[in-house]
Order: sequence, then structure tokens, then C-alpha cells
Amino acid sequence: MTRVLAVDPTLSDFNQLIWWMVLLKVVIVFMFLLLTTIFMIWFERRVIGRMQNRPGPNRAGPLGLLQPVADALKLPLKEDIVPTTVDKLVFFVAPILAAAPSFVSFAIIPWGPSASIFHHWTPLQVADLPVAVLLVLAMSSIGVYGIVLAGWASRGPYSILGALRSTAQVISYEIAMGLSFVAVFLDAGSLSTTAIVNAQAHYWYAWVLFPSFVIYLVTMVGETNRIPFDLPEGEGEIVAGHMTEYSSMKFAMFFLAEYINMTTVSALAATLFLGGWRPFPPLTLLGSWVFNPWVCVIWFLIKVFALLFCYVWLRGTLPRTRYDQLMALGWKILIPFSIIWLLLVATVRALRADNHSPAVYAVAGVVLVLFVLLITFWDNGYQKHLARIAPERPAEAEDEDEDEWDYDEDGELVKVEQPVPVPRFPVPPLDLPHYHGLELDSAAVTGSSVQGDPVGVTKEVSGA
Amino acid sequence: MKVYIPILVLMVLAAGFAAFSVVAGTIMGPKRWNKAKLDAYECGIEPTPIPLGGGKVPVKYYLTAMLFIVFDIEIVFLYPWAVTFGNLGTFGLVEMVAFVITVLVAYAYVWRRGGLEWD
Repeated sequence: MTRVLAVDPTLSDFNQLIWWMVLLKVVIVFMFLLLTTIFMIWFERRVIGRMQNRPGPNRAGPLGLLQPVADALKLPLKEDIVPTTVDKLVFFVAPILAAAPSFVSFAIIPWGPSASIFHHWTPLQVADLPVAVLLVLAMSSIGVYGIVLAGWASRGPYSILGALRSTAQVISYEIAMGLSFVAVFLDAGSLSTTAIVNAQAHYWYAWVLFPSFVIYLVTMVGETNRIPFDLPEGEGEIVAGHMTEYSSMKFAMFFLAEYINMTTVSALAATLFLGGWRPFPPLTLLGSWVFNPWVCVIWFLIKVFALLFCYVWLRGTLPRTRYDQLMALGWKILIPFSIIWLLLVATVRALRADNHSPAVYAVAGVVLVLFVLLITFWDNGYQKHLARIAPERPAEAEDEDEDEWDYDEDGELVKVEQPVPVPRFPVPPLDLPHYHGLELDSAAVTGSSVQGDPVGVTKEVSGA
Repeated sequence: MKVYIPILVLMVLAAGFAAFSVVAGTIMGPKRWNKAKLDAYECGIEPTPIPLGGGKVPVKYYLTAMLFIVFDIEIVFLYPWAVTFGNLGTFGLVEMVAFVITVLVAYAYVWRRGGLEWD
């Protein structure tokens, strides 16, 4: 049972502005975001190191904790390269446009209930609006401008491709993200984060609106361009995407924006779905001290950093998806499922409020049948339609054919060699004898160097 | 409008910090130019000349942007509806289902015409 001892803040609490209090809160949030970024760089490298059975950075300072500080000091001391072909003004503005909005979203995240700061009773939150969550969506949209303009101004093929991919991905996932919020707003009856946290006094939305939570978790990875959805900066294909031409502090701004966005979406997940600063059930049995406003900040931070750990976990676990898979997941799965779920939630609420009127039942039935049909049959039917209108396309089943086996002249069972299909584009030699360790000895004897890539040239690309 | 002041303060602080960092990076770093450094990076081969404005861009991206507008406007309608749902009751539900179905007809059409295929 959740008791509320501290005074829950309301929207009207944010109308009293004391200038030093505003400055104090703003500076604290600003510093928190910078320090979290620095901490996350260390944390990510250490955790990924452990996941890959290596120690990770451990030389600079205790446990390597000073490594991100060294990185942060190194970046401004590097040469700021501006290629001659770029659009100079836009090239300069884009990193600022990417970094600045990422800070702003955090303003509406509640850290805890009202607390006394220097004898002034004030909510532990920079600002709250009747449309608070819209601010986050707006700021993430403005951040996309930074990415697009960076790619456009760079005028390099990798930059433009990265910028386009990033835009298409972020706006596609923003739809599913926006739809996953609607169920929360339906239940809370408000877009204000304070009201949403107050509405979760007895149950977390992560439990009662579990599908929304799952959809949000997927979209928040897509929104922040992180593995497995980091196609915009996939270093195997397009070097670093929109950041290719950037160096020094301009690059650092994109890096900072990415990590702050991760923190913000994690904090938003904690606020909308995990009860914000509210302590979770086993802790509530420990006594009333867990409801102390300053202790509540700890519960909030635990939730945020647990989600940030999941980001690192994903990066250590999953490979990158293909771009068509990414877009298909966003448009063909997340969006229709969000819409079904949201109408389902609305119908259940209407049923509870409306004493089972037949109109609601009729609507619910129609909607359910429609969507089940859509999801089950539509894409399948579409793929068949594609195969019908383009019969010259090689059927996909051919690739999955079993190997053919036959007896050779000696009576042994051998695999029948299939003719290798001739590619329609030039490809590098894919199979050479020395790839299999053959002829290496003779090569070494004659002194020629057919050794493949030089050994030991490995480079860690952090933040990709 | 008073509640927006802290957000504005944070925005000014963040933009100031970002602008300061970028300018500081320009001033503090060494300056040792050569031609290869000042070309667009293309893994060592001659850079592709790209006209201002990005040159030719696959039309798929344009299609995605158009679809985004359709669905984003749907979301814009959904938010106020969700907030006032308690007052609207069954009427609100029926109206919204009618609206969502019209959007879904467009969605199904786009899907069938291959708008959601990426190849």
C-alpha cells in the first residue's frame, strides 16, 4: 500500500517563481545532465568491457573513472576541421541545434515531491506545464533539425545518407512513441508530468498498460539512434553518418546530445510508466522514511539508471538491424499495435464508466475484428501480391532449399555443387586460398606478403 | 506564461553552453591544414562532388515524411481527446473510432501500394 506523506505538488505550485530558486534548479539539472553523460561514457565502456570478458578502461584514476574526464579534455584540444565544401554557417549551427534542445526536455521531469529548499516549499522539478509531455516531443523534433542540417551542410555522401536515415527513423518511431503515450494520458487525464506521477500512487502504468510500456521501450531506443537501431551512424556502412565531417567540440556536441537524449527518454519512461519518484513496493514496507522528498530522488535515480543500464546491455547483446527491418518494425508492427491497444484501453474505460452500453460493445467488436484481420493477413497478402505481379523475381524459397546429395562414381554420398550465381555488380574476391590457411607457407618462404589485413590494427569507435 | 520562464532559462543556458563549447573548440585546437583533411571524407577515395542541397535523394524518404505528417496529425487529435475522455464518454469513443478507421483506410492503402516497403 502506498502512502503519501509528502505534499504532492500540483500544477499551481509552479506559478510561484522565485528567481534564485529557478536558477538553482536549472543549474542543478544542467550539471546533472553533463555529469550523467560523463558517467555514462565510463559506465558504458566498463560494462561492455565486462560483457566481452575484458576489463575496459582501468588506467586513468580509480577504476578508470577519470577516463571520460580525459576524453572530455582531449576533445577541445583537437583540430576543428572544417572541409572546404561545407556550408559554413549551417555547419557551425547544427551541433548547437542538436545539443541545446536535448537539455530542455529534462525540465519537465519530476525528481521528487515538494520539498523544503532554504525554507521555501517547492516541487523538485524545474517546470511543469499542462502540456508537459508535448514539450519532450517538440524538443526531440527540433533535435532532428540539428542532425538533418549537419548532414546537409557537410555535403559528403555519408553525411547526407546518415542524416536522411536518422530523420526517417526518428520521425517513424516518434509516431509509435506518441501513440504509446495516449493510453497513459487516457488514464491520468492530463499531460502534466506531476499529475501523471500522482495518478500512479497505487499502481505503475508499466503494469496496467504493459503493451504501451513495451512499445515505448522499443521506440525510445529508436528515437535515440542507439544499437540495435543505430543505422544512422552505422560505422560499417556510412562511417559515422551525419557526424562524419565533424571533429573536436562540434563532434562532442552530437555525442553529448545523444547521451542526454538517452537520459531524458529513460527519465520519461520512469515518470510515465514506472511511477516517477514513488518508491516501489518492497521499499514501502520499510517505514515512512522512504517517502522523504530527498529519499524519493534516490528512487527516481535508481529507475533512470536501471533503464540506462538496459541501453548498455542492448549494445553489448544485439547486432544492428537492417534498415528495411527497422522501418518495417516501426510502420507495420509498432504503429498498428499501438492503435489497437489504445482503442482497447479506451473501450475498457468507456465500459466501466458507461454501464455496459451496447454501442460500446459494438464498437469494441468491430475494432477488434478489423485489427486482428489487418495484422494477421495484410502483410502476408501484400507479399503474395508482390510475387504475383513480379513473377520474374526469384522466389525466396529457393535460397532455403536443402543441399542436394548424390552418389559420385566411387559410390560415396557427396553434395551436388550448385552453379554459383553470377552477381550483377562487381564484387571483391570472396574466397581465396589463403583465407583457408593454404599456401601461406610457400608465401612466407618466397617472402611475398599475402597475409591479408595487417594484424593488430583495431580501433574502438566509442559512441557509435 | 510564467511557467515557461524556467524552461526558457534552461534553454538559454544550454544554447549558451553549446555555442561556447563550439567556439572554444575552434579557438583551442591546433590548425594544421592540408588538402586531404579539407576534402569531404570518403575513406580515402576521391570525394564525390555533391551539389549544395544534397543532390539526388531517394524518393522513399520523401514518402516517409509525408506519411509522418498524416500520422502526426492523428496524434495531435488523439492527445486532447485522451485528456478529456472522462467527460466525453461513449460519444467520444465512437467519434474517435470513426476517425481512426478513416486514418486506417489510408494506412491500409499505403501498405497495399507498397509505401511501407523499403526495397
